[in-house]
Amino acid sequence: MLSIAEKDFGTPAPAPSEQLVTLSIDGFEVSVPAGTSVMRAAALGGIAVPKLCATEQLEAFGSCRLCLVQIEGMKGYPASCTTLVAPGMKVTTQNQKIGELRRGVMELYISDHPLDCLTCPANGHCELQDMAGAVGLREVRYGYEGENHLKLEKDESNPYFTFDASKCILCSRCVRACDEVQGTLALTVQGRGFDSKIAASQDDSFLDSECVSCGACVQACPTATLSEKTLIDKGQAEHSTITTCAYCGVGCSFRAEMKGQELVRMVPNQDGHANHGHSCVKGRFAIGYTTHPDRITKPMIRAKITDPWREVSWEEAIGYAASEFKRIQARHGKGAVGAITSSRCTNEETYLVQKLVRAAFGNNNVDTCARVCHSPTGYGLKQTLGESAGTQTFDSVMEADVIFIIGANPTDAHPVFGSQMKRRLREGAKLIIADPRRIDLVRMPHIQAQHHLQLRPGTNVALLNSLAHVVVTEGLVNEAFAAERCEPEAFAKWKTFVAEARHSPEALEADTGVPASEVRAAARLYATGGNAAIYYGLGVTEHSQGSTTVMAIANLAMATGNIGRLGVGVNPLRGQNNVQGSCDMGSFPHEFPGYRHVSDDVTRHLFEQTWGVSLQSDPGLRIPNMFESALDGEFLGLYCEGEDIAQSDPNTQHVTAALSAMECIVVQDLFLNETAKFAHVFLPGSSFLEKDGTFTNAERRISRVRKVSQAPAGYADWEITMLLSKALGYEMKYSHPSEIMDEIASLTPTFTGVSYERLDQLGSIQWPCNDHAPQGTPIMHIDEFVRGKGRFMLTEYVPTREKVNGKYPLILTTGRILSQYNVGAQTRRTANNTWHDEDRLELHPHDAEERGVKDGDWVGVHSRAGETVMRALVTPRVQPGLVYTTFHFPDSGANVITTDNSDWATNCPEYKVTAVQVVRVSQPSEWQKRYRKFSERQQELLKQGSDVLAVK
Amino acid sequence: MSIEHLTNMANDIGAFFHAEPVREEGIKGMVNHIQKFWTPRMRAQIIEHLREGGEGLEELPRQAVQSMAESAEAKQ
Repeated sequence: MLSIAEKDFGTPAPAPSEQLVTLSIDGFEVSVPAGTSVMRAAALGGIAVPKLCATEQLEAFGSCRLCLVQIEGMKGYPASCTTLVAPGMKVTTQNQKIGELRRGVMELYISDHPLDCLTCPANGHCELQDMAGAVGLREVRYGYEGENHLKLEKDESNPYFTFDASKCILCSRCVRACDEVQGTLALTVQGRGFDSKIAASQDDSFLDSECVSCGACVQACPTATLSEKTLIDKGQAEHSTITTCAYCGVGCSFRAEMKGQELVRMVPNQDGHANHGHSCVKGRFAIGYTTHPDRITKPMIRAKITDPWREVSWEEAIGYAASEFKRIQARHGKGAVGAITSSRCTNEETYLVQKLVRAAFGNNNVDTCARVCHSPTGYGLKQTLGESAGTQTFDSVMEADVIFIIGANPTDAHPVFGSQMKRRLREGAKLIIADPRRIDLVRMPHIQAQHHLQLRPGTNVALLNSLAHVVVTEGLVNEAFAAERCEPEAFAKWKTFVAEARHSPEALEADTGVPASEVRAAARLYATGGNAAIYYGLGVTEHSQGSTTVMAIANLAMATGNIGRLGVGVNPLRGQNNVQGSCDMGSFPHEFPGYRHVSDDVTRHLFEQTWGVSLQSDPGLRIPNMFESALDGEFLGLYCEGEDIAQSDPNTQHVTAALSAMECIVVQDLFLNETAKFAHVFLPGSSFLEKDGTFTNAERRISRVRKVSQAPAGYADWEITMLLSKALGYEMKYSHPSEIMDEIASLTPTFTGVSYERLDQLGSIQWPCNDHAPQGTPIMHIDEFVRGKGRFMLTEYVPTREKVNGKYPLILTTGRILSQYNVGAQTRRTANNTWHDEDRLELHPHDAEERGVKDGDWVGVHSRAGETVMRALVTPRVQPGLVYTTFHFPDSGANVITTDNSDWATNCPEYKVTAVQVVRVSQPSEWQKRYRKFSERQQELLKQGSDVLAVK
Repeated sequence: MSIEHLTNMANDIGAFFHAEPVREEGIKGMVNHIQKFWTPRMRAQIIEHLREGGEGLEELPRQAVQSMAESAEAKQ
């Protein structure tokens, strides 16, 4: 079912054209861009042509025969959806003959359709029902007794939607949505004539098929055939509010369709600038966590982590937290406390937490979880291009001729952008993938990578240097671009550096494991294949040379002139929804909002004047530094908002030892997450549905988050931070997050044009947005780089100190899966567990056989940091010598194994390279036994606290 | 903070700036990096470690920390 709030014009808008075509429709003159369909032209002119198989989400198909019109000079009754406008055309959409034809078509549809409209979930928004009314159907002459499909069984296998074949009119909108929008091609029309039916994969159930549950088919369905289960349960929504998804960095725009304060369904916004009406299984369906019984809705405190939690008033909880922070600072110094924000927080929340740390704590000990994902992007792009952000829009990919994906898996981790990328690849763009693992995009229906550079983990810099070597030594450098746009001395130095024979693909083949001929061919394609765009993810950043790799990527783009226009660029795919925003907002120990160093006197004075306090000019502690200092007894108080460091940070045992050493941990979250098990104060936070704010996606696109229901604990997160700050003696006065954004805009040159009013007008804004760019900046570095001249950096390949040896002969790398999200706090509390209910260890059949491991066996994974046990998944997706796992479940302990090694520049952990051994085992690891016991105890302490209150 | 940890961090930074063909530039780059991203306490600890022999510090990091130590002394 389409959104209750959107008007559907029947066919997609044509490519932008300045040429207008004027025609007459039912005697009215209409002017539309060339390439518009007659159906769309009519709709734009306010004339509704009946339709069933047409929707503007899909290409015109012309199968339902309901949109027939008459056009002067044309024979018969052309379909208005497949007929394009022409100058002077005279169209008639309604007359007696057309009416008879349409009624005849509808009669056939209705003769084989259940007449249960009153109890049907689509009632009120069923297009078939509407069309029956529109064409004036009054009888069905064929009767209902003949052979029909009314008794077909429902497929209810998918946890989120139902397929009721008895209501299917075979319009193919679902099949086309799966093909055109999602690009999975899981659905088909099977059989012919009366036997035709919609089938998933090889006539499997939806759950067993290749369907990825993106919901595009459900949205496209004009009847109740494909319906959300929440819609079936709750009935039609009565209003909708536009908001932004709280999952990955694509930042999809959604309409939250509501019944009062109850969410009925999430429908991707057709006007969404990042997603254009598409979504994935997480954003559309995995929302149940917001009302999950595990949510904690009362503030709680306890003196020791071995004590039961005690539910208290907000005043007591905030008062206790503030008094503890003050006590710690009085005894151990101003720097003994700090805060960590999450990329799941809004911009406004993140801004307030860093303000609290700087103004109320009086230090710079504030960091964000981008530390452990994309901090190298910020550093590397700032050094080379001058701005810590991606250079393009997502839509830019539609102009790319060569797509180069490095260390990213868009179809799993950024699925909506992955679908857009697939559309471009199906149009013929060439594809290069650098990944140790065979991700889906390497080969899938209608897509095959020209080059899969299956490198060894930890050799990104070697590979990129060898690609650059080919570009330089084979004369493929865009010399004119480099001469005009880049620093000449650094460019000359870089050319000399990468041209050295030691950087040739042949010399580095032994390190990377990639055949030199493949590297040479890929380099030639990237440099000479037209517009070439690089997309990268955590497979680039989460290495000991993460920052070096980002700089090597920027070098390659600058050397080939692939930057500063549509279709090219350097595109970091951000993991969480607000990674970009949390970095922009100064949630780093060395930077104020807008990436300005704390030692910059002018900037610091600006903040001092506005905030009315004096601020520190030296950098504070990064997250790993906080842990180290905690173990030294020097960092003892932590305010942690929305982040689960105990599960997501590397070397779990090291992290939990540090947390155990702290005296006051305040966790603000929806759930008793892993970190909260070490906490002394729990402040119940609000979900994205319960607050106002903004998120900034991977394209620098700022989008509104809008409150649609009340926070169950009474306060939005920004309000809680204000309460804490006031109790610490620094009062903040905002009555709405829009006022926080106004302050950000007044202090941040790249945000001066941003306000909630402007966001409402434009829908979204890509920063920089200021007097120079009042509409925002879709593409950066067009005429010159933000830093003036682009700077080439020397990127020496330094092998990681994490080495394989006889004891640890395999390399473990970690990643994500489509259905789960990061630490899983949200998705584990939804039916997404249907697809992935445990983390498994992927290993190659050869390595499995050597160890006597079969698919599904329990295996122990040992590293220098620790040991855990999980089940094996034997698959050739990983190369021999490589094992892979996800980290969505705390019990699997993926981060018990990962080490303290980190990026040299930013301390982003080296999650992607851990030397391990894998053996068959029959019981959990010692860590898992301890963890389960501890976790069960913490759940008891939580229960004891609420039981005490219940007795009182 | 453990000196072994700080030494490793310094060596990792040094490995990047080692690529700079003009050694003075490499040292300057590393000093600038540490000034920008390390807390005063971490900087003081690594300087102290160098004064005590600087065990584990590789050549370029050692020179960079030496330069930091000299600047600190000049300021006093």
